[in-house]
This record gives sequence, structure tokens and C-alpha cells, in this order.
Amino acid sequence: MVHFSLPTLVGKAFGKNKGWPQQWSKPEPKKNYDAIIIGGGGHGLSAAYYLAKEHGVSNVAVLEKGWLGGGNTGRNTTIIRSNYLCDESARLYDHALGLWEGLSQEINYNLMFSQRGVLMLAHTVHDVQVLKRHVHANRLNGVDNEWLSPDQAKAFCPPLNISPKARYPVLGAALQKRGGVARHDAVAWGYARAAAALGVDIIEQCEVTGIRRGADGRVAGVETTRGSIGAKKIAISAAAHSSILLAMAGIRAPIETFPLQALVSEPIEPAFPCVVLSNTVHAYISQSDKGELVIGSGTEQYLSYSQGGPLHSVEHTVAAICEMFPIFTRLRMLRNWGGAVDMTPDRSPIIAKTPVPGLYLNGGWGSGGFKATPGAGHLLAWTVAKDEPHAINAPFTLERFRSGRLIDEAAAAAVAH
Amino acid sequence: MLLIKCPYCQQERAEVEFSYAGEAHIERPSDPAALSDAEWEAYLFLRSNPRGTHFERWYHIHGCGRYFNAVRDTVTDNFVRTYPAGMPRPSVHDIDDAKT
Repeated sequence: MVHFSLPTLVGKAFGKNKGWPQQWSKPEPKKNYDAIIIGGGGHGLSAAYYLAKEHGVSNVAVLEKGWLGGGNTGRNTTIIRSNYLCDESARLYDHALGLWEGLSQEINYNLMFSQRGVLMLAHTVHDVQVLKRHVHANRLNGVDNEWLSPDQAKAFCPPLNISPKARYPVLGAALQKRGGVARHDAVAWGYARAAAALGVDIIEQCEVTGIRRGADGRVAGVETTRGSIGAKKIAISAAAHSSILLAMAGIRAPIETFPLQALVSEPIEPAFPCVVLSNTVHAYISQSDKGELVIGSGTEQYLSYSQGGPLHSVEHTVAAICEMFPIFTRLRMLRNWGGAVDMTPDRSPIIAKTPVPGLYLNGGWGSGGFKATPGAGHLLAWTVAKDEPHAINAPFTLERFRSGRLIDEAAAAAVAH
Repeated sequence: MLLIKCPYCQQERAEVEFSYAGEAHIERPSDPAALSDAEWEAYLFLRSNPRGTHFERWYHIHGCGRYFNAVRDTVTDNFVRTYPAGMPRPSVHDIDDAKT
């Protein structure tokens, strides 16, 4: 692996940028692995990286049915924040945010991580009360979040319309300054490169079609479109297809899959300095380094794996953007797309052991998994390596839907799902 | 936008007239207090979430205001058929017939 640095960049530039090696190899699957991770998105690749780096388990394969980061990793709106209401969630998402902060240096890959601030708007008295409660809860949990008046919000985000005549006037906003965005493809590629350098096999175009178990009930391996592969431990990190993979091991899951759409505008000059989320008018928006406005919609109402959705949802979102930011009303939209998100009843993820020995699950992240990428992988790796959860993910079990110890972020996550 | 045929109104109407209401044919237990935690979990939270044929409920909220059931493919989003609430789950044969 070539270490990226100023001297290597300058050196290669003088060589007309020829001779850059492949960033990771494409090995044939081996007969057996110590651990297999199903799903080559950001979460699965980061789990492989931390398994090799922190737990010395490098005889690991990441199996991806399509291409790396081709699922929700490459389809989200790249927002990173940790201002969740519940104590368990605040710890979980802030753990991830802490890892983001040193990640580009750690894996020697420019993730374009930018802590430009995440502003959440309040448009009603109820919004004000809820978001202020968030601010206080977050601060008690050591998570930065502050309350801004409409004028302060306007100063932080100049394109924002704070006119009291607006249909949903801005009454205030909660600002998490440590929040921001990162380049999502780079997250998958950076983790893939770092994991491969530690000996992890990254195998694309390899769909898991079955999970094999021994006479003792433990997992023994997987059947795939590229043959049978043995493994002592298997971790599912497959977002929309979590429940389908769990069913291969005879487990029914409290997960349903819904479409979620996003879109980008034509690129414009830097005009939008932060990330803005609004629950009431329902839209979220930031500007990418390419200049496109990146806009997220809400999940569709019906279950689907189609990775697409109807135009009326996009229209609704764009109407909200025009209401909040009149300067964008004449902007053209460049493209829109959909992902398929795995929703749990309490809108919190599951990072846990399953009832099948040797089988682990990282799923149910719904519409909010990207922000947690380093944390999810870090905690999944811990859980797989030690066969027990880390203190941070211990509450995020599969059994909580039986015991009733839900971590209800359905309303508390400050976005409608 | 999905086009959905309401089995009561007998009209194919746009999705915005309808509200999705989750998986169909999940029976409310007659005596909830008698259920074990596992049975209660299964009733409340465990769903089939198939990639393919799905039985689901829809509510014609901006029409006749009644609930009905539908068979839909969750990959193509095509409706195979809709039918009134209370009717039994269509068999595989019924579904194949409706597709052809």
C-alpha cells in the first residue's frame, strides 16, 4: 500500500500520475476464514478494519453482493451528528463522532470530513420545546449542542429565510458544531484500503445465499454465488437485507425495509455553509464540495426493496427547501435516487449477538446509519472478537423487543423517519 | 407514484389518496394478557419483510375511508391484486393467476 503524503503526490505528479498501484487487491475467496462479514458497505468494511487492527483478527473476508459502497453508503446525504435524545443513543453516536474526528489521519485517506455544523430548525412552539430538551439532554451527556435565536441561526446560515411571514417561520434552532459531512464513497474506499492492508480479503460480486450451521447449532459458513466458504463467526452488516440474511439462520427480525430518496442540484458556487435539518417542513440540505446541493427526503410509507420512490415525495421535499431558502427556487435538480433502509420499531439499531452462536448482527440503522459508520464497525468488531457486546452497544440488543427495553428514538431522533 | 385499485370503490387511484397500514393478516390476540413475552413480541414487532410477494394493508383515507388488503411485489412495487379486508389470504395459485 502506498502511503499518501505530499511527497508521494508530488512524486507521482512528476511521473504523470502513472504507476499508482491498486488500492486493494481482489482475491479469490479462501476455503475458510476466522470471521466473515456480510456486506461491503462502510459499516462492514470498518468492522473488518477494526477486527484486524484492534483485535488481531485479520483472517477475515468481507463479502459484498454488488460493489463496495454501492448500497446505502453511497446513497445517503452524508450527514454526521450525534445529538440524539436518549442516553444510550447519545453514547453510541458520539462514540462514532469521536472516531470520525481522527479518521482521515488514522487510515491515511482523505474522507473530506468537514465539521461545518448541523443546524436543526424549530418552526412551532412544540419544536422549540423538543429541541431545547434535546440541547439540555445532549449537554448532560457531554454532547455539544446549543440553542440559537432566529437571528443567530441566520448569522450562522445566511441563506436561511427567517421572515415571520413564512408559512412555518423559524422560531429558533439547535446547533451541533461538531456535526458535519464527509465524502461517503471515500469512507468505503478508505476503510477497504486500510483493512486490505491488514490482510482482510474484500470479495465483491459475491452474494450470500445461505448460512450453514453445524450439528451444535453454531455457524459453520456461508453458501455464496462464488461457492461455499467456511467461517467460525459471521457478522451480518447488510442494511436493507438484514432480515433476509437472518431468516437464513432461522431468525425472525423486528425489521422492515423502506425506500428513502435523495437528490442533488446542479453545482453552484459555495453558497451554503452548514447542514440544515427541519423536521416540521421535512427536508435536510447541505452543499457538497463539488457545489451540488445535497437534499434528503423522508422514507416512503410502504415496504419496498426497489431503491427508488415516487416523485411526489421529492416534490414535497423540494417545496420545503424553497420555503426555507428562497434563493434556491430557480435551481435545477440534477438527479435523484433511492436507497432501501432497514427500520426497527424503535428506530434504534441492533448491534448484538443473535440467538445463533457465532452469528452477529449490525443492522436496523434505518435512515441514520452513515453518521455511525466508524462507531458501528468499531463496536461490531468488538462484539465479534470478544463474543460479548461493548458497554456502548450492550443496550442495542435483538432481545429488547421481547423485554420491552426499547431505545425509542422514533420521535426523539429529531428527524421524521 | 403507485396506482392502487380500491376494492370497494372499484377504481384505480393515485397513491396520495391512500395510507399504508403495514403487513396484513396479523391477528390481534383475543386475550393479550395470556400471551408470553415471545408471543407478544411476535405480534407487535416481528414481520416477514419479504423481498417479493408481500401481503399488506392500505387505507383509502382520501376516498371511501376503508381498509383493504393488497398483494404487492416489494422489488418491482407492482400490485398483483387488492381485496377487501376480512377475506382470506390469496393462495399462491390465485396470485399466479392474477399475474398472468
